[in-house]
Amino acid sequence: MKIIVGIKRVVDYSVRVQVKKDGSGVETSGVKMSINPFDEIALEEALRIREKGTQAEVIAVSIGPGDAQQQLRTALAMGADRAILVETADAIQPLMAARIFHELVKRENADLVILGKQAIDDDSNQTGQMLAALWDRPQATFASRVELKEQTLTVTREVDAGLETIAVDLPAVVTTDLRLNTPRFVKMPDIMKAKSKPLATIKLDELGIAAAPTLQAVRFAPPQQRAGGHKVADVPALVAALKDKGVL
Amino acid sequence: MGKILVIAEHDGKKLNSATARAVSCAHAIGGDIDIAVFAGDAAAIADAAAKLQHVKRVLKIERAENAHQLAAVLAPQIVKLASGYSHVLIPSTTFGKDVLPRVAALLGVQQVSDVMNVVDATTFVRPMYAGNAIVTVKAPAEPCILATVRTASWQEAGTGGSAEITSASTDAAIPSHTRFVELNAQQSDRPDLQSAPRVVSGGRGVGSKENFEIIYKFADKLGAAVGASRAAVDAGFVPNDLQVGQTGKIIAPDLYVAVGISGAIQHLTGIKDARTIVAINKDPDAPIFQVADIGLVGDLFKILPELEQELDKLK
Amino acid sequence: MTYDVVVVGAGPAGLACAIRLKQLSPDKTVCVLEKGSQVGAHILSGCVMEPAPLDELLPEWRKTPPAICVPAAKDEFVLLTRTGRLRLPTPPQMNNHGNFIVSLGSLCAWLATQAEALGVDVFPGFPAAAPLIEDGKVIGVRCGDMGLEKDGTPGPNFAAGVDIHAGVTVLAEGCRGSVSKRLIREFKLDADRSPQTYGIGLKELWQLPPGRAKPGLIQHSIGWPVDSKTYGGSFIYHLDNDRVYVGFVIGLDYENPDFMPFEAFQQFKHHPSVKALLEGGEIVSAGARALAEGGIQSLPKLEMPGAMLVGDAAGTLNVPKIKGVHTALRSGMLAAEHLAAHGSSEGFDAFWRSSASAKELHKIRNIRPGFHKGLWVGLLNAALETITFGKLPWTLRNHNDWQSLKKQGDNLAAAEDYVARTLPPRDRLASVYFAATTHDEHQPAHLKVPDTSICVGRCVTEYANPCTRFCPAQVYEMVEENGVKRLQINAANCVHCKTCDIKDPYENITWTTPEGGSGPNYQNL
Repeated sequence: MKIIVGIKRVVDYSVRVQVKKDGSGVETSGVKMSINPFDEIALEEALRIREKGTQAEVIAVSIGPGDAQQQLRTALAMGADRAILVETADAIQPLMAARIFHELVKRENADLVILGKQAIDDDSNQTGQMLAALWDRPQATFASRVELKEQTLTVTREVDAGLETIAVDLPAVVTTDLRLNTPRFVKMPDIMKAKSKPLATIKLDELGIAAAPTLQAVRFAPPQQRAGGHKVADVPALVAALKDKGVL
Repeated sequence: MGKILVIAEHDGKKLNSATARAVSCAHAIGGDIDIAVFAGDAAAIADAAAKLQHVKRVLKIERAENAHQLAAVLAPQIVKLASGYSHVLIPSTTFGKDVLPRVAALLGVQQVSDVMNVVDATTFVRPMYAGNAIVTVKAPAEPCILATVRTASWQEAGTGGSAEITSASTDAAIPSHTRFVELNAQQSDRPDLQSAPRVVSGGRGVGSKENFEIIYKFADKLGAAVGASRAAVDAGFVPNDLQVGQTGKIIAPDLYVAVGISGAIQHLTGIKDARTIVAINKDPDAPIFQVADIGLVGDLFKILPELEQELDKLK
Repeated sequence: MTYDVVVVGAGPAGLACAIRLKQLSPDKTVCVLEKGSQVGAHILSGCVMEPAPLDELLPEWRKTPPAICVPAAKDEFVLLTRTGRLRLPTPPQMNNHGNFIVSLGSLCAWLATQAEALGVDVFPGFPAAAPLIEDGKVIGVRCGDMGLEKDGTPGPNFAAGVDIHAGVTVLAEGCRGSVSKRLIREFKLDADRSPQTYGIGLKELWQLPPGRAKPGLIQHSIGWPVDSKTYGGSFIYHLDNDRVYVGFVIGLDYENPDFMPFEAFQQFKHHPSVKALLEGGEIVSAGARALAEGGIQSLPKLEMPGAMLVGDAAGTLNVPKIKGVHTALRSGMLAAEHLAAHGSSEGFDAFWRSSASAKELHKIRNIRPGFHKGLWVGLLNAALETITFGKLPWTLRNHNDWQSLKKQGDNLAAAEDYVARTLPPRDRLASVYFAATTHDEHQPAHLKVPDTSICVGRCVTEYANPCTRFCPAQVYEMVEENGVKRLQINAANCVHCKTCDIKDPYENITWTTPEGGSGPNYQNL
């Protein structure tokens, strides 16, 4: 089978994100960039499916600038068999990303697509669901456990009410939650091996996909600082204040 | 004026309160508000939805396949129902996040996620970078706007309304490739730290692993989840998975009670979206008081038992 | 894995060595190990750079300058009192005409791409944890393990560190490198030398309200808030786009165990002349790093069988200039030239000592030790050494920093005349936040304190636990539980400055490498 995994290049989780003074975006100069953590989990899951004995080719796909090759090389070092970069200088929004994945899924004849539930930059949480819709295939979002038996995936999902289990037929889209697995460390010899694994670059306009509608960012702002409230004198005053706020 | 469809969230029996928050967002956009209830048996849920303020109509879409809220099953039905609406809203819960993008893709719409605020009918405020950047976005009005509503940003709409309840049906084809197996509701006695509406956290000021009992006890009284600052985790009072903050969990409960926590910036980044923060600390200069909505200076070992007594009186 | 040359540390010395070696001997296989999550993440320096070595190494560098690179415009040197400010003539060593204010972190990130383009394998996230020695010869290094549990046992994702074998190991770890330290001891490279002496540098990048920063202005001060017995001074480097670097360097030979370098830096920021500059601005990033101040008399032998020391791992910093980048680049280039010509480390020590860098360090050798007798003697001595071009027939010695602390009650200087602070960061934890430091908290603490009975015993009475004060990241805390004191090590706060490894009066703290990629994530420092 063929498994496609999404690898997005994002500002590293450890970076203190700063909104530019002119409100045009966030500061990215000199900022550490990494694989979106949920995508690392997606790749790890694909590798584990392969390592459990399923004959599978794992293809890491990124959409972004040429620099995203770094993240794809890391994905190859983790164990992906090959990589595809859909190169574009523009920031791609989820619907367009889903259309691009859909095109690749058709070209590759993929059986399974594993994506992160969201990217930690735009926090949209849409692409996997949208791909499943365009592809007219099942989606299993927020996966915390995935079991493959023949052509059926049994997926445990982390939902607000608890853990929901669903069964979906392949081909399908899975999006990963934090507790699905802990991605492996990249090993140095594998970094060297990854240098010779295939990494294809396709320019976005070569794919021939119609441009999707987009949200237009009007302005970026830092979050509002919390202003301190007041101190109360004793416990009864505290309880009264809580009742006042409607939280008790 | 807009015509807004809100998709109800429920567990098959009861309406989830997140729906009422989405209604508040719909009201902020302005226009006629309908609520759609997809269920096997929607009667009780529809009754509750009809009582929400600002709601004009409640649509029941009842069929056996709707007993479980599967995105692949609901999405084609919502697509049919959405025709004629200017906006379709859904709470930004795991349910809403699962369903609505599937609808958006079928309609060719770029969805707006996690609406915190409404500027006008097509302009919305939403968080990015885990809330470290707040972006105002303008969405194309045609064919319609789809948005998930960040529940922590909106109050529940009041009750006392009396909307008309009607049955609706769609001729959408339902796929069979996705099947519900089971739902394991959280069995733990204490709510989950990540999603609990109330959280009580203890810090270094609690003093020891043994003393942390007082935090657990107080949390149980409040029906709250238990968290901790990194200092408390590092000191070995509690396990690592209770850590709230930059390197732990980032949470947004309705009520956050910080007990014996000084309020290092690393901790504050984990609770910046909490609705109400209460701080109990013996150091009046602790930085936690600069962000707490209500502060009480004093010895936590005296205050917490007293507070428990006061809470008992309320019951 | 096997390479002809393994370089430990992707700083200016290590990268210059790798680049130069590939330029001279393209067939040699070279790799560079870096403990930071990316090149530049752990690098912190002032920094005003003399460009000559870089012009020679990569003549095209000025066409694609690193993210922060501002030509020096004007120098100012002042003496501060608590509220006053006295302009002094700028010492000749501190004339920066023709130099550049750069972010050393972004410069190194750029150097790493140049190295990779030449075929060097650069491995960020892979610390060299220990040297590999066979038959009295260094044969490479062992990388650190990944995925250990708190108790040191392998966790579910454990990946054992790889051994890298190399004909020559180039140690470019920077000041007080953990592998270098072991090898200097093992091969007695510091026999007959003065002990190495160190400083700690603290630095912040500020975004100011528009119009305040004067790009290219370079300001240095001595005096307040440190007393005249303590060697220390500040820097403010004005960048473009309303940004400034603000920093403070303090000699780690300070005497008072109650002294807190972090607090001294924060106090400096509240001098009326500095506060007016910073007020209303925001901190972008912050960090701290030790630097080697011993000069040529403390420089260990730069070679041992199979390995060599370059840059600040050896201690090539020029203290009166407060510059180490040009000498680090130069020593890396010299090491490469030596390797290209001879293929081994043998003879490198003599080769370096015959270089212009060695002459530069020889000339100024007595200036820093002159300050052992305080600021005023130090300044007079510096003037004398400068006008005699370092030709006076003596060399002043350095002393171990860990032995310089006086004991509690031992005639400690009176409390400092500190002011109430209002500028951020509020405390060291808040400062660590701006260093964006991360350590997976499942791993064992990488700061080893073998005998904590000293901490709760002798040290309490003798020095009152100075580790709780000299550490700029609040890693060390004495915690009292039920009346019993214990040392708590908040290893996750560590910014890898190495001060604890240097200054602990019992030499009871050893800094080791944590899991690869752990540590600060400096942004444009």
